[in-house]
Amino acid sequence: MPAVNTSEVKKSDIVGMIEHHREKKGVLIPLLQEVQDRYGYVPKEAVEIIAAELDVYPVDIYGILTFYAQFHLKPRGRHIIKVCMGTACYIMGGKEILDHLKGTLGIEIDQTTEDGNFTLEVVSCLGCCGMGPVVMVDEKFYGRCDLQKMDEVLQEYGK
Amino acid sequence: MDKILICTGTSGIAAYAVEVACLFEELIKKHKLDEQYRVVRVGDRGLFRDVLVDVVTEDSRLVYEFVKPENVEQIVIEHLVGGRPVEKLLAGKDYEDFFSGQMRIVLSNCGEIDPEDIGEYIARGGYEALKTAVSMESLDIIETVTSAGLRGRGGGGFPTGLKWKFCFEAQGDEKYVVCNADEGDPGAFMDRSVLEGDPHSVIEGMAIAGRAIGAASGVIYCRAEYPLAVKRLQCAIDDAGARGFLGDNIMGTGFSFDIEIMQGAGAFVCGEETALIASIEGKRGLPRPRPPFPAVKGLWDKPTNINNVETFANVRHIIAKGADWYSSIGTDGSKGTKVFALAGKVKNTGLVEVPMGTTIKDLVFGLGGGMARKMVKFKAVQLGGPSGGCLPESLADMSIDYESITGTGAIMGSGGMIIMDQQTCMVDVARYFLEFTVEESCGQCTPCRVGLRRMLDVLIEITDGRGKPKHMTFLKEMGETVKSMSLCGLGQTAPNPALTTMRYFQDEYDLHVNKKECPAHVCPELLKFKVIEDKCAKCGMCQKTCPVDAIEWKKGEVARIDLEKCTECRSCIRACPFMAIE
Repeated sequence: MPAVNTSEVKKSDIVGMIEHHREKKGVLIPLLQEVQDRYGYVPKEAVEIIAAELDVYPVDIYGILTFYAQFHLKPRGRHIIKVCMGTACYIMGGKEILDHLKGTLGIEIDQTTEDGNFTLEVVSCLGCCGMGPVVMVDEKFYGRCDLQKMDEVLQEYGK
Repeated sequence: MDKILICTGTSGIAAYAVEVACLFEELIKKHKLDEQYRVVRVGDRGLFRDVLVDVVTEDSRLVYEFVKPENVEQIVIEHLVGGRPVEKLLAGKDYEDFFSGQMRIVLSNCGEIDPEDIGEYIARGGYEALKTAVSMESLDIIETVTSAGLRGRGGGGFPTGLKWKFCFEAQGDEKYVVCNADEGDPGAFMDRSVLEGDPHSVIEGMAIAGRAIGAASGVIYCRAEYPLAVKRLQCAIDDAGARGFLGDNIMGTGFSFDIEIMQGAGAFVCGEETALIASIEGKRGLPRPRPPFPAVKGLWDKPTNINNVETFANVRHIIAKGADWYSSIGTDGSKGTKVFALAGKVKNTGLVEVPMGTTIKDLVFGLGGGMARKMVKFKAVQLGGPSGGCLPESLADMSIDYESITGTGAIMGSGGMIIMDQQTCMVDVARYFLEFTVEESCGQCTPCRVGLRRMLDVLIEITDGRGKPKHMTFLKEMGETVKSMSLCGLGQTAPNPALTTMRYFQDEYDLHVNKKECPAHVCPELLKFKVIEDKCAKCGMCQKTCPVDAIEWKKGEVARIDLEKCTECRSCIRACPFMAIE
């Protein structure tokens, strides 16, 4: 789903999410996933509220956020492009696709275009190895990609 | 009622399967055929032929392959309305070869039933094994699984029955069954297809394990990258609960069992069982020393039995058909079947399930249909992902079973099998895997954290043309050090891709180091982007694929690359079947 990326963090929203998880054991990861679903990333303010409410140190929360690849600490673009770098996609030309996207969009991995439209990410494997190279834009999969097809896909999302 | 089966797993969806399914529904309605045909969205059957569509009537079954949204109207009008199948879209010999050589046990329902309809699962014998198991004694279930010879399909190959027995014997008021669905090996998608195509088989296997070890709760730890699998699992858990196959007092026997799903957050190391437990507990996924093993002290410090998706999916068949039946399949040490994810430069890519003991050659040239491009020869097969190794063509006659594969320096792994051809550089492949494991190392053990990093640095130097002969000795020594001095499976196996490529493809390393040549024409720093005139077949393939018009070519003439315009994207090198661009 396209990220929302609102920078306004309402304390009541975060507390609401915490209440939803509070009684369960091992809440931090699902809770942080919910925060990220809401904001598109995990804002600093949210970390502070969670730390205070659950009585844990912010550093422990950052420990989790930086350990797992799925969490993001900065706002991301409206569309997230994930280039699969699984083995099959890699040997089928995933690297060329990635280089092409970097060049066309003028950004490196994990960066966002200036207009905020695209964020470029790589992912270890999307599990569509038979369709490689695979690129995922938001929730949509594109299989058997080549450079021309990538240009068409970018246009579809307003490049 | 006749059915139209449409493969809508993640791979199908990547080829517009949802659009195809919706169009069928629309047109069937429009032509007033909705009394006669029902569209069923099934999981991926295994062969990736864009969208597979089956028209199933009482006495016939026709399969269409490579169906695109624009073909749907033709199929509806000519076949469903007119009664004349669309010949040119019917699946051909490859489809037949791909499926006829398989023995589908775990995959028997994948691509056949609607995974979101528990009724279809039950109609094909689903939950019968659980019915049997709830009336059995724990030790009898464990004995059945033990004598069947089932071994862990996640990669380790530990005997499943023995694992269950340890957990059964462990003292504890509460016990847990955990399903490892954190399929992190790049190049592996067996578990995803099972979860998406037949989620109930995993749930049934877990419930039987719960009954065997005396657990009342189960957790499925699923990769976050598999949203569709999570959705279908949740639907299956809810339906199984509603039908009384999960929950309190199952089938009136007093046995209670429930399952929760936990989504991973993107960490390869969480496939290791102790790291996975830490992650479920909401912590960083760091492995810890064993013993104590999870069977004694696992999730929330309680005895915990962890198996992989495919292992659980085997269980119901063993209980239903018996240990003797299961152990009659496979080799002496490796029983049953194994699902492999066949991908890379092979013609038929997809999932295959074959008895243990099948040879690599049978897989690649039989079911796989040989190489994707006839001109470019088979070079190696990569088994077991970043923990595995690359085996050369000379080992193609080897039987695939746990013992034979371990003997080569690779591992069975979870079943990822990437086929590589002459256009794949083995040094580059080793570098690729090291990049992955360096990124995914949790950092606890110095040999893994620093040693892998140094190995990667050296591999980068070699692929950049700065390799020195002493680098080879360094890679071997460091590889052995990391293997022997790391705590968990990640570090213990991460040097394998480098060590096996050095063992079997020493000549390629030598060319990179001594002659600064990359025979596969992959390593960018060693490329000249020049057409080798003797090899050029003057076909013009390179010119068609160049995105920046940097190639001059006229019919019957050798192509020429304009280096001023060339962006070094390597599209031409990839396109040329004669390897004529260096």
